[in-house]
Amino acid sequence: MTDPKTFKFNTKTLHSGHQPDKNYGSRAVPIYQTTSYLFQDTDHAAALFNLEEGGHIYSRISNPTVAVLEERVAALEGGSAAIATASGMSAMMLSLLTICSAGDHIVASSQLYGGSFNLLRLTLPRFGIETTFVKPRDLEGFKNAIRPNTKCIFGELIGNPGIEIMNLPEVSKIAKKAGIPVIIDGTFNTPYLCNLFDLGADIIVHSLTKWMAGHGTSMGGCIVEKGDFDWKQGSKFPTMTEPYEGYHGLSFAEEFGPAAFTMRARAEGMRDFGPSMSPTNAFNILIGIETLSLRMDRHISNTAIMVEYLSSNENVTWVNHPSLPDHPDHEVAKKLMPNGQGSMIAFGIKGGREAGQAFINAMKLTSHLANVGDAKSLVIHPASTTHSQMDKKSLELAGLTDDMIRFSVGLEDMEDIINDFDNGFRASQKPRLVASR
Amino acid sequence: MKVKVNGKEAYFTTSGREIDQSQPTIVFVHGSGLTHVTWVLQTRYFAFHGFNTIAVDLPGHGDSEGPPLKTIEEMADWMATLLNVLEINKTSYVGHSQGCLVGLEFAYRYADKLDLLVLINGSLSMKMNPELLQLALDKNHKAVDLMMDWVHGPLGQVGGHPVPGLSHIGMGNQLVSANNHGTLGIDFGACDKYENGEIAASSITQPTLCIIGKHDRMTPKKVGIELARKINNSQQVIIEDSGHMSILETASETKNLLKKFFKENS
Repeated sequence: MTDPKTFKFNTKTLHSGHQPDKNYGSRAVPIYQTTSYLFQDTDHAAALFNLEEGGHIYSRISNPTVAVLEERVAALEGGSAAIATASGMSAMMLSLLTICSAGDHIVASSQLYGGSFNLLRLTLPRFGIETTFVKPRDLEGFKNAIRPNTKCIFGELIGNPGIEIMNLPEVSKIAKKAGIPVIIDGTFNTPYLCNLFDLGADIIVHSLTKWMAGHGTSMGGCIVEKGDFDWKQGSKFPTMTEPYEGYHGLSFAEEFGPAAFTMRARAEGMRDFGPSMSPTNAFNILIGIETLSLRMDRHISNTAIMVEYLSSNENVTWVNHPSLPDHPDHEVAKKLMPNGQGSMIAFGIKGGREAGQAFINAMKLTSHLANVGDAKSLVIHPASTTHSQMDKKSLELAGLTDDMIRFSVGLEDMEDIINDFDNGFRASQKPRLVASR
Repeated sequence: MKVKVNGKEAYFTTSGREIDQSQPTIVFVHGSGLTHVTWVLQTRYFAFHGFNTIAVDLPGHGDSEGPPLKTIEEMADWMATLLNVLEINKTSYVGHSQGCLVGLEFAYRYADKLDLLVLINGSLSMKMNPELLQLALDKNHKAVDLMMDWVHGPLGQVGGHPVPGLSHIGMGNQLVSANNHGTLGIDFGACDKYENGEIAASSITQPTLCIIGKHDRMTPKKVGIELARKINNSQQVIIEDSGHMSILETASETKNLLKKFFKENS
């Protein structure tokens, strides 16, 4: 029997979601830089407002350029639906608030981006939503942390910045048994390195700003829904199953089935919170996604070069990357991401915090900034920047040390980055030599 | 909503509206392996514009209790029983794909209950590719993947879902995969076995609308036209950009055709 002729991954990166423009034949996705859309008549307007018909009303809720991006990411992940947001953080917020209300509880990995950690630790409790943090390798901990009011497990497959790998298939089994969804931040792996739905995620969130867009130009996030989570089991998810007064008694699970979560997130979350993505950013991110496979291959091969370089460098006290056999999650990482375990490397520099600062200050080619997943190589000292708002206990929980440098491997010729690093290491050791006299 | 039909739970949606016996009713019957969700871009409109809409999950589909019914004739009888349970004496019927075969048989067996008939991406018979049928009977997921390939036209393959952010293939895949009673294989088997299409179509006197997708590979345009020609009081419309999933790929156009048809014939 012939195989299905539906598009393969690389074709999806270029085509999914975009039917070429019928009026002008534009091959590129047009930027619909508009706030609002003409209604054909009052009947049409009413139908759009009551979700009787698909279409666009106002760009806070949806936009044709952004919709192409949403369908493209949904296609790449193999999901039933997706919704793009202004940033990765707004995608995370929207995903959680679509199912959580005051009095609810979340179980989360302790290895999270600092912003995500703070949203869960400091901000959501102000709205009555509590989180219990569990170390990503502690499967028993996930199991024990689940309460009757727990609405989801949240985590990152590749933890930031400690690069611990969550054993997603095992965590997913625990969640399934408890009847709750697993929401995974897939920013560091992208759909190119692994399919999180196949590994057990129910909802994926992305910061598209990073590897997906790939060029450090445009902010954006996305939520992707797999579509097979049973929201109707018990009465745990009223936002999915109960009639919603905001849309004349609409039950999202009943009417939209596999896209219930996305529809609720859009109809309520985008309407009321408004974390919409600009169409120009959607366009830029779409251009980035067109080369996702090519870039990821290069990110991965460059990462291998840099792991080897750092591992044999006398000024480096430790190197953390899941491709290394001594990484505690090496086997799990290889199994979950056989084509590469991401392009983030963490390493410790001889001389601790001072040496780290000197190293970073000496960088000429490698950029010192608060981002990852750019085409350009980036470094940062997390303890004093991205994770600086965490207290000592939280830093320990996240596996952060004073000497840690976080390195996002770019697409340059690694010879040039190695030259830059060599200079940086020389600079990093100078203060220590002076001090030892 | 759930009611008991033949002692088993039967699910249907009214888009959250109460059934009002003073309003005309339209029942919507989905295709092989699918559920009521496929109709959302038609049913919500009619539910809020003077009709009772009843989009069913056939037994073993969606939220209706299994097992799935094994013949088209049983499905037509089940529809009639459901209407009796709901005390609806007369209804219009809108079917998609396999739902068209059920519609033909329903019209043949229960002509007195039928008001208007709409057959979307239908045909007089649906002989299945033997290998596809076997894959589906074996619960091999390749059957779902092949179905997703064949039911979508060139534009549906690329995307451009009328509802922002939804994926035609992703949604369809999940809808079919969620039915875990071996439903797809049993449905395909029921379609394959059905032989009363010509007789049933010839018996229909009610005004009928046949909607045909120009790029339909499951029930190609020519068999859609053949179906329309067999029904005396019928009209046919070919949708340019549609494959086999006119109700989603060209949802608004399909809804507007239904609106016009119901308005002209009410």
